[in-house]
Amino acid sequence: MSSDASSQSGPPTLVPREKTTGLHVGEATPGCKKVDPIIVADNVRRSFGGVHAVDVDHVEIPRGAITALIGPNGAGKTTFFNLLTGFDTPDEGKWSFNDRSLAGVPAFKVARRGLVRTFQLTKALGLLTVLENMKLGATEQRGERFFTSLFPAAWRSQDKEIEERARELLVRFKLDAKVDDYAASLSGGQRKLLEMARALMSNPTLVMLDEPMAGVNPALTQSLLDHILDLKEQGMTVLFVEHDMHMVRHIADWVVVMAEGKIVAEGDPSTVMSDPAVIDAYLGAHQDVDLGVVTGRVAGDGADADASRHMIEEESNDELEREEKKR
Amino acid sequence: MDWGQIFNQSASSIISTTTIAYALAALGLGVHFGQAGLLNMGVAGFMAVGAYGYAISILTFGFPWWLAAIVALLAAVVFAMILGVPTLRLRGDYLAIVTIAAAEVLRLLLLTVAFEEVTGSADGLYGYSGDFQAANPIPDGEYGFGPWQFNQNELWPIVIGIVLLALAVLLVWAMMRSPWGRVLRGIREDEDAVRALGKNVFAYKMQALIIGGVIIAAGGIVYTLGSNASPGVYVTSLTFFVYTIVLLGGAATVFGPVLGAVIFWVLQFFLSNLMPALVDAGVLPFMTANQAGMVRFILVGVGLMLLVIFMPQGILGNKKEMTFVK
Repeated sequence: MSSDASSQSGPPTLVPREKTTGLHVGEATPGCKKVDPIIVADNVRRSFGGVHAVDVDHVEIPRGAITALIGPNGAGKTTFFNLLTGFDTPDEGKWSFNDRSLAGVPAFKVARRGLVRTFQLTKALGLLTVLENMKLGATEQRGERFFTSLFPAAWRSQDKEIEERARELLVRFKLDAKVDDYAASLSGGQRKLLEMARALMSNPTLVMLDEPMAGVNPALTQSLLDHILDLKEQGMTVLFVEHDMHMVRHIADWVVVMAEGKIVAEGDPSTVMSDPAVIDAYLGAHQDVDLGVVTGRVAGDGADADASRHMIEEESNDELEREEKKR
Repeated sequence: MDWGQIFNQSASSIISTTTIAYALAALGLGVHFGQAGLLNMGVAGFMAVGAYGYAISILTFGFPWWLAAIVALLAAVVFAMILGVPTLRLRGDYLAIVTIAAAEVLRLLLLTVAFEEVTGSADGLYGYSGDFQAANPIPDGEYGFGPWQFNQNELWPIVIGIVLLALAVLLVWAMMRSPWGRVLRGIREDEDAVRALGKNVFAYKMQALIIGGVIIAAGGIVYTLGSNASPGVYVTSLTFFVYTIVLLGGAATVFGPVLGAVIFWVLQFFLSNLMPALVDAGVLPFMTANQAGMVRFILVGVGLMLLVIFMPQGILGNKKEMTFVK
């Protein structure tokens, strides 16, 4: 792929969809300008007892595209999420969403502006039913104001509309059989789905997903990926943290790499993933190699691999040979 | 042993100002603890605000009884805001610490001789029910049947108490079935998740603290309506009695606290009559009648522990919930 970076062909999908290209201006360097940024962050820093968890000079997130935020554990991805969404306050820096500053804006107001997030550790509201969880996601409910809540006539019709929308979304996320169950009875993966569906109830402009695929079974992964691609088609912007590189390559239009709090690389997925610095700092040399090959239990098969893969596989073959010599 | 008298006494406690007052307090705590997940350990403080707010308004300011009651409820709003503003942004435990401390501070303020002219210090306040009884529309006479017999002066505060309780139950029921109540329960489960959905969590918690606080204070008013306000009542053990009631009936239910209050007081009266009678009958030779009367408080503590361990959802609570409590 690195030999032909301009062709944006990912692995084959059931519904092949075009990747969004032409997002940046000039070189795709860390902190590069975007044609139409939705989030612009400047000098955002956050330290925990001397450790610089986040130390971002400048970053722009492109609008209308799917951006992946990747990086090793402890790189500050989740902290950066928390800072952007108002769940944590940086030591310094400013950042804006849709050209309006978000610095010092409390989390709930950030969400009201159309920037919703999910959490790495899923926050399903256990003793509420799945449907109640979903309805909670809808914004501007008349019945959520204290005095109007006392008069059902004021909110019942709106509540019905919300319920219909919630049920439609639940069907899409294959949770419709669970509508009346407590969210606590869902499995970990189902809770991930519920949290994502709930976030969508607010019709956001930017969805920030913190490890949406962690703990979701392969069959659901496929449909979840389609949902995320659907979001883009509906005009939403998606920013997600994920360690599953297949997913990143498959759906991301743009990749931002963080390490030790800093943005170390940016670019389209194939370029970034063949960047030696990124491979070194995060992906490791064996990202595309079957784990069996890595551990030396299965022979490597690199027939369809590109240049970088060849390099990786040669390396792993070397290792294999070394292993065999030891035997 | 006079079983007839013991059962009569116990049954009469089903309808009494004490039971109604505790039912109101428990209902308010149900909003705090059961619905919003606010660990309010200052129930006694809120009740004291209601009771003394009412009594002081009449004795010191000469307000009519209904205006005094309104003033007392407004005082509870202020009390809730004082407690809530610094603590509701913090983690839940802080509210528990601050409320238990505030309730004690308030009780000591009522007890100190520095404000004796207004608060009556250790004697408390009394002799303010004239205006309330004067407003009694019930003609003189005896009402009721069996163990529930009241004269017009006893019936009047009970009627007011039941009306207040009915209004409060209606209010809580209306709130909890609404989307507002849904947000509140969401906050109980995980406030960060609710915050991420664009709800002003602080405002909801504050509203819940105020509503619950006002209902608890209404309990304090009913408790003192026809009698006296004494600082010895509003001690921390009162808070734990109300917690026992709420957990007994079902914290996350509307009618649970009311049912809990009735059961709690029937049991209290039953035991406080039964135990001394057992001593008199020579069944419990190792203690005096006085000690036997106190045993019921030990039993309340044991009961509270057993409830939390074996039936934390309460009598009216949804059993399904228990499957998922960590």
